[in-house]
Amino acid sequence: MRKIAIAVSLSIFVALLIGAAFLIHPFGYPPSPMDDYIIENTQRETGANSAITAVVFDYRGYDTLGEATILFAAVTGVVMLFRRKKLSRIKP
Amino acid sequence: MTQGIPFNVPFLAVAAMIGIAFYIIISQRNLIKLVMGLSILASGANLFLITLGYREGGVAPIYTYTPAGIMVLPVPQALTLTSIVIAVACLALMLSMVIHIYRHTGSTDSEKSRIMKG
Amino acid sequence: MMSKIVRTMASLLILFALIYGLYIITHGHLTPGGGFQGGAVFASGVALLIVAFGSEIIHKSLKEHRLSILESSGALIFIGLAFGGLAIVFFYNFLVGSPIFGHIPPSGPNPGDIWTAGVIPFMNIAVGLKVLAGFSAILLVMALATTLTEVEE
Repeated sequence: MRKIAIAVSLSIFVALLIGAAFLIHPFGYPPSPMDDYIIENTQRETGANSAITAVVFDYRGYDTLGEATILFAAVTGVVMLFRRKKLSRIKP
Repeated sequence: MTQGIPFNVPFLAVAAMIGIAFYIIISQRNLIKLVMGLSILASGANLFLITLGYREGGVAPIYTYTPAGIMVLPVPQALTLTSIVIAVACLALMLSMVIHIYRHTGSTDSEKSRIMKG
Repeated sequence: MMSKIVRTMASLLILFALIYGLYIITHGHLTPGGGFQGGAVFASGVALLIVAFGSEIIHKSLKEHRLSILESSGALIFIGLAFGGLAIVFFYNFLVGSPIFGHIPPSGPNPGDIWTAGVIPFMNIAVGLKVLAGFSAILLVMALATTLTEVEE
């Protein structure tokens, strides 16, 4: 009973995904006027030779700030999970 | 649709990766295999982001010693950088929790670690 | 603790791995790379040391509360540089055109000049410090946890 439910739902989901893969724009011709502006004006506005670094740190700096916060929270969580009970010698 | 239906091989590869990842998450019982399935799902999403921004016959969007040609889009590559780092952070936390569950209950089977019963 | 050949080669190869990681971090505005990629290369060099020598010996000289000082200073430098251009908008590139890092490259393909790109090289170094300290702390703590026999909460 469980295997029949898994098989039916998975096959419907994969069929919908493959149908969506046939309906996106043809591979190699994306319609995007925003990136034309970024490629033209990177060297004049930011002064960097590399458009990708300029997008990560200058045009989209808020996303890098949020990602640094997530990295800090994950490292804090991992170090907290593996603490040992050596601090109980401190007398109040 | 004046050109017919396009046959895009990279988007079909992304659909195959996401389908396999969902099958692993639904049907496996070992905890380590569940974590592997989640990691394959994250890699499939990153591949989809990169293949959205390719121009036919393009070069990298960097101006230091470039060959001649049109440049590919730089914004999806920047979003993929952020997504890869977030996937690594989530993987580290998930594996730490699997180690703690193994120490408390003695096995990595997800059916045996249901503590609130009855 | 592995055999003598592995220990000798690891202590020779760690130098090249660390210098390669620092090169990728500081040349982020000219070539592919930047803070995140260079930090990951640096942390893989630290992983080589942990595998070759064992985590007990490495823990005597590299404790995790010193790595957290490095990581916090990287985050504070990043936020301080973002507040520096608050006169116009948040995250404004206020060093383009000024004499510190402010050359403007000519348009089109050119050999790269390292004194360009304003506030971006400092941000690369700050994010690189954060990533290398974070990944090294995760690797060290997880390698230590598998060698103890009795652990309390």
